Amino acid sequence: MASLTHLQRLEAESIQIFREAVSESEKPVMLYSVGKDSSVMLHLAMKAFYPSVPPFPLLHVDTTWKFQAMYEFRDRTAQKLGIELLVHQNPDCIQKGINPFDHGSAVHTDMWKTEGLKQALEKWGFDLAFGGARRDEEKSRAKERVFSIRSAQHRWDPKSQRPELWRLYNARKQPGESVRVFPLSNWTELDVWQYIHREQIEIVPLYFAAPRPVVERDGTLIMVDDDRMPVEPDEITMRSVRFRTLGCYPLTGAIESEADTLTGIIQEMLLTTSSERQGRVIDHDSTGSMEKKKQEGYF
Amino acid sequence: MAHAQNDLLATDIEAYLEQHEHKSMLRFITCGSVDDGKSTLIGRLLYDSKLVFEDHLAALESDSKKVGTQGGELDFALLVDGLAAEREQGITIDVAYRFFSTERRKFIVADTPGHEQYTRNMVTGASTAEVAVILIDARKGVLTQTRRHSYLVSLLGIRHVLLAINKLDLVDYSEEVFHRIEAEYRAFAAEIGLEHIVCVPLSALKGDNVTELSPNTPWYDGPTLIGYLETVEVERDLDEKPFRMPVQWVNRPDLDFRGFSGEVVGGTVHPGDRVRILPSGRESDVTRIVTADGDLDEAVTGQSVTICLADEVDVSRGDVLAAAQSPAGVADQFEAHIVWMAEEEMLPGRPYLLKLGTRTVTATVAQPKYKVNVNTLEHTAARTLELNEIGVCNISLDRPVPFDAYVDNRDMGGFILIDRFTNATVAAGLLHFALRRADNVHWQALEVDKGARAALNGQRPALLWFTGLSGAGKSTIANIVEQKLHEQGRHTYLLDGDNVRHGLNKDLGFTDADRVENIRRVAEVAKLMVDAGLIVLASFISPFRSERRMARDLLDDGEFVEVFVDSGLDVAESRDRKGLYAKARRGELVNFTGIDSPYEEPEHPEIHLDASGSVSAEDAADQVIEHLRQAGFIAPLAGDI
Repeated sequence: MASLTHLQRLEAESIQIFREAVSESEKPVMLYSVGKDSSVMLHLAMKAFYPSVPPFPLLHVDTTWKFQAMYEFRDRTAQKLGIELLVHQNPDCIQKGINPFDHGSAVHTDMWKTEGLKQALEKWGFDLAFGGARRDEEKSRAKERVFSIRSAQHRWDPKSQRPELWRLYNARKQPGESVRVFPLSNWTELDVWQYIHREQIEIVPLYFAAPRPVVERDGTLIMVDDDRMPVEPDEITMRSVRFRTLGCYPLTGAIESEADTLTGIIQEMLLTTSSERQGRVIDHDSTGSMEKKKQEGYF
Repeated sequence: MAHAQNDLLATDIEAYLEQHEHKSMLRFITCGSVDDGKSTLIGRLLYDSKLVFEDHLAALESDSKKVGTQGGELDFALLVDGLAAEREQGITIDVAYRFFSTERRKFIVADTPGHEQYTRNMVTGASTAEVAVILIDARKGVLTQTRRHSYLVSLLGIRHVLLAINKLDLVDYSEEVFHRIEAEYRAFAAEIGLEHIVCVPLSALKGDNVTELSPNTPWYDGPTLIGYLETVEVERDLDEKPFRMPVQWVNRPDLDFRGFSGEVVGGTVHPGDRVRILPSGRESDVTRIVTADGDLDEAVTGQSVTICLADEVDVSRGDVLAAAQSPAGVADQFEAHIVWMAEEEMLPGRPYLLKLGTRTVTATVAQPKYKVNVNTLEHTAARTLELNEIGVCNISLDRPVPFDAYVDNRDMGGFILIDRFTNATVAAGLLHFALRRADNVHWQALEVDKGARAALNGQRPALLWFTGLSGAGKSTIANIVEQKLHEQGRHTYLLDGDNVRHGLNKDLGFTDADRVENIRRVAEVAKLMVDAGLIVLASFISPFRSERRMARDLLDDGEFVEVFVDSGLDVAESRDRKGLYAKARRGELVNFTGIDSPYEEPEHPEIHLDASGSVSAEDAADQVIEHLRQAGFIAPLAGDI
């Protein structure tokens, strides 16, 4: 038999990580962000436990500011796969009406996502959470462990991270501590797209180019997904755009593109030379900002 | 390399994807220091494989001008030096994983620092690598660190080494220099058993022989660095080994399906194959190899599958499915290499958790037979192992586990040790072989047993373990308890520091390691005495929870009674009958519990005595007697024994 391809090896490794994490935790959960990495992660989880259904629910830490198409996709996917979906929206944010326009991206992200995630993990008592982060996304993630220990305050302490040898993961923790597990650690963006292609994994239509109403802010194209976004008269134009990453619509830059098929997207991605996280407003603050956010508990 | 590809990419994306979805993967480690140009090399690999994006490149250009070491030219090293802390220090302080790919392979690079104190990181990075790239500065030749890197590579079972003789541009691309270094290295590599070595003359900075053969080295006709990495064959040997699959998870969606999920870590398996379940030794036949993409006719090493068996045999997580004709061994005592990875030194005799495959058991490590100087490879005597030290030790487990020697199968012979209280991963280990005595030492089934002896004594044997600070009053109370028991006609024995330290343990001092060994011996002696039917009183400071737990674990359930003599530090110090606290405060006595060595209070002692002075020692002793009565140790209940 021919040796395994890189996608087969990555798949097998991710499945091994899933099974190990589930066996060594009391109450696991998968953080589901509805993006393409989440879709791949969920696909791998379905494979890891087949013919059983994954023995954990999905958790969406919602900000109320995601694209409508994401909410539709999320609910349909959970129903189709027969897997429990939990949604948490930070009640403090609802009460204070936290939004990216009045409070800025930093406060918005911190309150809805970072605080919201902590609340959700505590509310349901999860001791292990799967996340879709990859080591190739950003320089500070190159050293992230597959099993990453978080303190009872959900902080990431570089000194308390454990060496990971062979396929042996140490998921033991003190009461109150939790573990984040990243099954896609060794995948690159290209691997993810190739795998979506090979496995015919369904992703949110926003990844494909289509005429969409956009405005230009600070050189970034923002899609006007609902009437909560303040716009000038005649500011909105229809352009053929798609998204490389998905998040809160006011914070997610679109790129102009005609690629409306999966192969078209991959082709365009390989021929252009902008790295993926550039579309996310959060990273631009300062060098090393992701590292700081991670220490504070951002996923 | 990439140009022809780009044409295909632009003209026929389907064909391009078809080709790229059939690439293989290679994991390798790079060893060398910043001085050897390691970061520059990795940066160049990323750059040349077009994985450096425009925005990264912009950052690189501005960083190169700001902090670069190449006089404003692109400093590739800046692409890979990650965490803010290390950027400031200018060194790499952890294992970083990088990714790049060519048209033939995807690569995962474990980027590890070369400094001596970071053996831990290199061992971690090497544990998953199939190939090692060892860098040498052509101006300096084979250095101590080269030997160290090569030894660790060999220890961790990497069989393929590329020696990159770098910075050749700085020695005028001298063939003579290259061959001299190559000859010296090959001689050394043969000594440590490294077989497959390829040497490449390189300038990572200028790009010579990285992806294309360089006109500067016309005398060299071997592969380029990338050429080697793209073609080196590493996987086949694992498929030829006997089948092994540690069971991770029992897959039981309903009453009709029962499968065992795991990753194949050795050999291949087919429906119809006979497998042995270890450690139980039962056998069965494979009926199905289940995956979400349909049943397989064959599963090979590296695949994650779910296996169904013909018989209703008992299989759970931690078991290993193995080829019935050549099963793995099963044992509970081993010799192993241990690489210590924690700041806190190894404590021989202390129980740690050991994770091997999918099984976690309790293990104690004996005092090292020797430790290995990673620079000279000399063996020296050692009582313990400290951070980044490597030694050979015997290790004993609380129950038997399936295993293969590490040299035969990394996943069946590589283990980690976990601290039972902090849960930190404190060591990595590589099994050599099982010790014979695991088979040879059998407890004789004695006809006169513990129950019989206890019945004769009219008591249930117990170990009363008095713990507390020096001066808390442990021995005072224990003495009174023993007198009272004696008056009632009970058979007792009191073990304390005075009668043990002067004889059995007179070779031990007061370091943490010696304290652990002290308690281990006391606990073993106490166990024999309990077996003899006695009520044993042990009075020791015993500051560490783990040693008290060890003593508890040695005895049968209910026999261990922990008595916490709780005075508080202030009261104990104010008593200071032997003047020890005063000495410790003056710094004349080191490792003194409560002063410069910690006392870990019992969390759930059976008896908690107030020894602050408000209760007399006499009354405290009565509390202990009362507990023994209530717990049935000394009440002559019929049928109790």
